[in-house]
Amino acid sequence: MNEPNENYLKLVRQQMPKTKHFSTMVRAFLVGGLICTIGQGFHDLYEFLMPEMPIDGLQSLTLLTIMLITAVLTGFGVYDKIGAFGGAGSIIPITGFANSVVAPAMERKREGVVLGLCDNMFSIAGPVIVFGVTASIIVGLLVLIFRGWFL
Amino acid sequence: MKNQTVFFKNNILIMDTATMVGPKEKEGPLGEYFDKHVENDLLGQKSFEYAEIKMHVLLFKYLLNKTKLKDTDIDASLCGDLLDEIIGSNFTMRNFDIPFLGFYNACATFGECLIVAAFMLETGLVERLLCSTSSHFSTAERQYRFPLELGNQMTPLSQITTTGVGATLLNKRFGKVAIDCATLGRVVDYGVSDVNDMGAAMAPAARETMLAHFAGTGRTPDYYDLILTGDLGKAGSDLLRILMKEKGIELGDNYNDCGAMMFMGDQEKVGQGGSGAACSNLVFNSYVYKKMMKGELTKVLLVPTGALLSKISSLQGETIPAIAHAVSFIRKEEFQ
Repeated sequence: MNEPNENYLKLVRQQMPKTKHFSTMVRAFLVGGLICTIGQGFHDLYEFLMPEMPIDGLQSLTLLTIMLITAVLTGFGVYDKIGAFGGAGSIIPITGFANSVVAPAMERKREGVVLGLCDNMFSIAGPVIVFGVTASIIVGLLVLIFRGWFL
Repeated sequence: MKNQTVFFKNNILIMDTATMVGPKEKEGPLGEYFDKHVENDLLGQKSFEYAEIKMHVLLFKYLLNKTKLKDTDIDASLCGDLLDEIIGSNFTMRNFDIPFLGFYNACATFGECLIVAAFMLETGLVERLLCSTSSHFSTAERQYRFPLELGNQMTPLSQITTTGVGATLLNKRFGKVAIDCATLGRVVDYGVSDVNDMGAAMAPAARETMLAHFAGTGRTPDYYDLILTGDLGKAGSDLLRILMKEKGIELGDNYNDCGAMMFMGDQEKVGQGGSGAACSNLVFNSYVYKKMMKGELTKVLLVPTGALLSKISSLQGETIPAIAHAVSFIRKEEFQ
């Protein structure tokens, strides 16, 4: 009786409402684009204010600024509404990363600082960090080995 | 017991009910039927878990005051909720001198509590029993899904866990609404594995239980003024209509779903409707019970449905088993 019922699963796929891909993609594009435009705005502002700063410094400063803004917005309970509207448009930029660190930290604060907040801070962002570090090590090794061959 | 169904020979009557809901439920279509509501779903507590427990305690006190009973007048309370190790009920009962039995059947817990209480009353060994369940959007969200402030999107199939507590006081002597029979559910799993699609996971369980109920009692859906499933949501209840039709049973206008009745608003905001251990409980104890007391409804079948998964089981790639219990309520003039 409790075998997977293929006919039923087919019926479910037919009957249940599906994500409206077009409208969600348009919204993701708009929100993601807006976040990137704001970032570029900060970048240009810093460039104008500090003309002698190297491009690396400007980029880091821009990232830090929009991450700070996201963290504050998350704290005030605004960013989840932006996320609910924009979907991936608000997750893919670095603001999504900042949000995914601050949100669990806020929620787990009540279970204590060490075992609550610190333990769960990276419960969602953790995989991103692990894959980021692993991928950069692999790419670094490849560059180290094959550098003389191509460049 | 035939076809999982039992008829109770003694009077098992609802003495009184009480409900308390959060702000969003109060704004919903059934808002006016709830006894109490809270303005802020944190209730001034330091966490949402404490808030859920506080609601449960306040509701018990309200019900005891309303019925002028003392703790010692209640022979046992049968409670459940969705928190890990049902701490919502455990910590609530720390405040009362009432013997306590804890239950868990996910969102079908209310049905389970009622059935066990009915069996206990049928033996004649107990006088008064209290059945209650609670759930809270913010505690369920962090336990089963993501942190509240995380900017993720609801899928079109998502449901919103109902914030609220409902309680039913059962006894043998007073009351107009009786539990006349009940059908115990089996665990049914048709292989749905999408954790956002609870309606599809639970609809087969609801069908199995309803088929067993109709076979066991010899009744048809027309016999009831209202048939309510627990929390299949809008799409899930449409699916159940199709599933029942496959077996030759047509669910008419007298069929509805508690989850689909709970919230007002477009699908973008409330998904498929409400869910949670309190969902079927709140709809029954407020709307249905009050209508039955007035005589606008005389025969009601309540089928709370529950998805018996945990976050661990779904991460390990398991499908979602589901359960549904059916409890039939009849106004006393109609009884026997």
